[in-house]
Amino acid sequence: MAALFQISEPGEAPVPHGHRRAIGIDLGTTNSLVATVRNGYAVVLPDDQGRPLVPSIVHYGENRVEVGFDAMARQTEDPQNTIVSVKRLMGRGLADLADARRFPYRFQEAPGIVRIATRTGVKTPVEISAEILRALRDRAETSLGGPIDGAVVTVPAYFDDAQRQATKDAAKIAGLPVLRLLNEPTAAAVAYGLDNAAEGTYAVYDLGGGTFDISILKLSRGVFEVLATNGDSALGGDDFDHRIFCWALEQARLPPPSPADARRLLIEAREAKEKLTGHETARLAALLSDGSNVDLDLSSGVFTSITQTLVAKTLQPMRRALRDAQLTPADIKGVVLVGGATRMPQIRRAVAEFFDQPPLTNLNPDEVVALGAAIQANKLAGNRERDDDWLLLDVIPLSLGLETMGGITEKIIPRNSTIPIARAQEFTTFKDGQTAMVIHVVQGERERVSDCRSLARFELRGIPPMTAGAARIRVSFDVDADGLLSVGAREQTTGVEATIAVKPSYGLRDDEIARMLQESFAHAADDMLARALAETQVEADRIIAATESALQVDGDLLSSEERSRIDEAIAVVKAMRNGTDHQALRASVEALNHTTGEFAARRMDRSVRGALAGKRVDALT
Amino acid sequence: MRLPHEQDIMIDFSRNYFELFGLPQRFESDSASLENAYRRLQTEVHPDRFASAGEQEKRLALQSSARVNEAYRALKDPVSRAQYLLSLHGIDALSETDTQLPMDFLERQLERREAAAQAVSANDSSALAAILGDVRREASDLVSEVARAIDERQSFTDARMPVRELKFMAKLANDLDAMQSSLDD
Repeated sequence: MAALFQISEPGEAPVPHGHRRAIGIDLGTTNSLVATVRNGYAVVLPDDQGRPLVPSIVHYGENRVEVGFDAMARQTEDPQNTIVSVKRLMGRGLADLADARRFPYRFQEAPGIVRIATRTGVKTPVEISAEILRALRDRAETSLGGPIDGAVVTVPAYFDDAQRQATKDAAKIAGLPVLRLLNEPTAAAVAYGLDNAAEGTYAVYDLGGGTFDISILKLSRGVFEVLATNGDSALGGDDFDHRIFCWALEQARLPPPSPADARRLLIEAREAKEKLTGHETARLAALLSDGSNVDLDLSSGVFTSITQTLVAKTLQPMRRALRDAQLTPADIKGVVLVGGATRMPQIRRAVAEFFDQPPLTNLNPDEVVALGAAIQANKLAGNRERDDDWLLLDVIPLSLGLETMGGITEKIIPRNSTIPIARAQEFTTFKDGQTAMVIHVVQGERERVSDCRSLARFELRGIPPMTAGAARIRVSFDVDADGLLSVGAREQTTGVEATIAVKPSYGLRDDEIARMLQESFAHAADDMLARALAETQVEADRIIAATESALQVDGDLLSSEERSRIDEAIAVVKAMRNGTDHQALRASVEALNHTTGEFAARRMDRSVRGALAGKRVDALT
Repeated sequence: MRLPHEQDIMIDFSRNYFELFGLPQRFESDSASLENAYRRLQTEVHPDRFASAGEQEKRLALQSSARVNEAYRALKDPVSRAQYLLSLHGIDALSETDTQLPMDFLERQLERREAAAQAVSANDSSALAAILGDVRREASDLVSEVARAIDERQSFTDARMPVRELKFMAKLANDLDAMQSSLDD
């Protein structure tokens, strides 16, 4: 729309001509990357020293926050203020972290989202991730010569709703205009598929630093259709490091180490793991803080045997994904490997054995996700390229449902449903005169609610008192193209719209995000506010013009009361239009949009009737 | 600039799923034409095509795309396709108040479930596979029976019982399949 519409105000034209700055971001557990499409080719944007990867590490120092290699250098000297693998904490509560003791951080005992005490205050994983995203945004803006118009941020396919929402919130706090959340294996399939003109059914095996995904996709004439996905959002290369670490403690007969020593040993463990990709043995050597020396040799045979159970943990999701897609390994034309951890020989052997074919390794497993995300961002931003006539159809990884009587889950949307999707189900009251109902939204495959992930609790109030079973409460689930769920509830028989209070179980409340946004403005002091205001003004002008002209054409569809509500909403937008508060302006625009929703629907009906008049149905397809 | 009344009408929500895909309203269907129609329609309405559009258009794309997904899901699977076809004729084949199934049918499936449970406890994957094969054969016979009732005789009430049995068999096949994969895991 914006491209077709230009307000001729001097100096304010929104990207008057040419290319939009679109980026793809792979926000990884261990490393992150940013990529863009340049001259028709997807490229990773390196730093000024030519390094493509940014270690996903944030250090909260005395005077400043460091990200990437600078933060990496701090991890042994200041482990409690140097946050690594924060992705494992996204959308999680402390109680979810079976391995909380593996982290050297000072966690806060509080319900809901994980919080970590650092030198510069209590931080949530969302804020910590936002620091990484901000560093990537800065890199991209420097490289592309201006503010980013749109970003696609990738998430593990097996991330649940809370983890996805947390990622989107982090991008928001980092000041990134998010075009889409994209599943990592799907991004890889896009990069691979477009590059190789692939057709057929493919599997993407994505073992990253902390997450595992398997996706089965059908590639056919420009459509990438995800048939099924499965995985483990707490399994990755980190766990292999940890096995080596435990092995080393056992071999060297060490007591539980201090946080700094643990970091030292884990760094050694990671290096040994990487070395074993091309060598038969690796040496682990570390000088610990008490002066003792660790010096061990790890053979690839021992490494394979101590990590056997981890490799096996990836097989069950593969079988399940195939079963959900109603396929067998023989139906798979090729297996794409993604994620640095797939360099391990035992992984390659296991995958080759399972699918009875060698996996495809002709692409860089570290970069392919960011490249696919950049390609998608470029397309969504509206930059035209050759052969960009393709479409992604993705799925939700885990079933969405509600708690019913007896703590049992009622599934509303089954896993592997293609998104976007909307479903509704009716429920009723079980007591006479019941006026309120708690609606508990959960995600997962298990029968019992306590075994599923709690996403949110809703309270539906204001149900008119009726006999038990007479009220009809329609609960609607809407999953958008980002895989994010919104839930609504409404009592049907009386048409009374009841109020809903939403309490995300593991998310940030809107006011918390607003606060973090404010802090990030103060901290970054960039021109984002001004830009947001300018953009919102353009949007405001557009909607005023569109609404006024629609009123001229179809004003007769409205009652005088409805008409005056719309006029009022327009007046509010006009009043805010010349102010400086972009959030107030945005709110007024949204209010106008909301007020005209019904009007738009009626106009749609009218134009449909016009179009249908005198035509046969099949002439319209 | 484009005004709302000039916007493309993405899809017409008053049309039924068959009309939406431009397919004949019958039970027996060609899955390739359904898939092609689905993909063509999604290419037109998917939110990815409207990522830089206005809020109104985005919302419409989201709703249209969700509708197309729902329609595809309903027509792809024989049980839901039959159920949907009957519902277009005012028949609720799987109503919760009318769940009768023939006694001999139920007995046969009960025996199968028992045999399957025995196969699981004996860790006998091939016995389980044989039962699953039988179930799938019987389901496929039921599909033909539904097709005859709906497409040949246009007798929607006659189709109710086989649809209900088919639903039962689909559930059974799914459970057996789950048992099979837990044996293999």
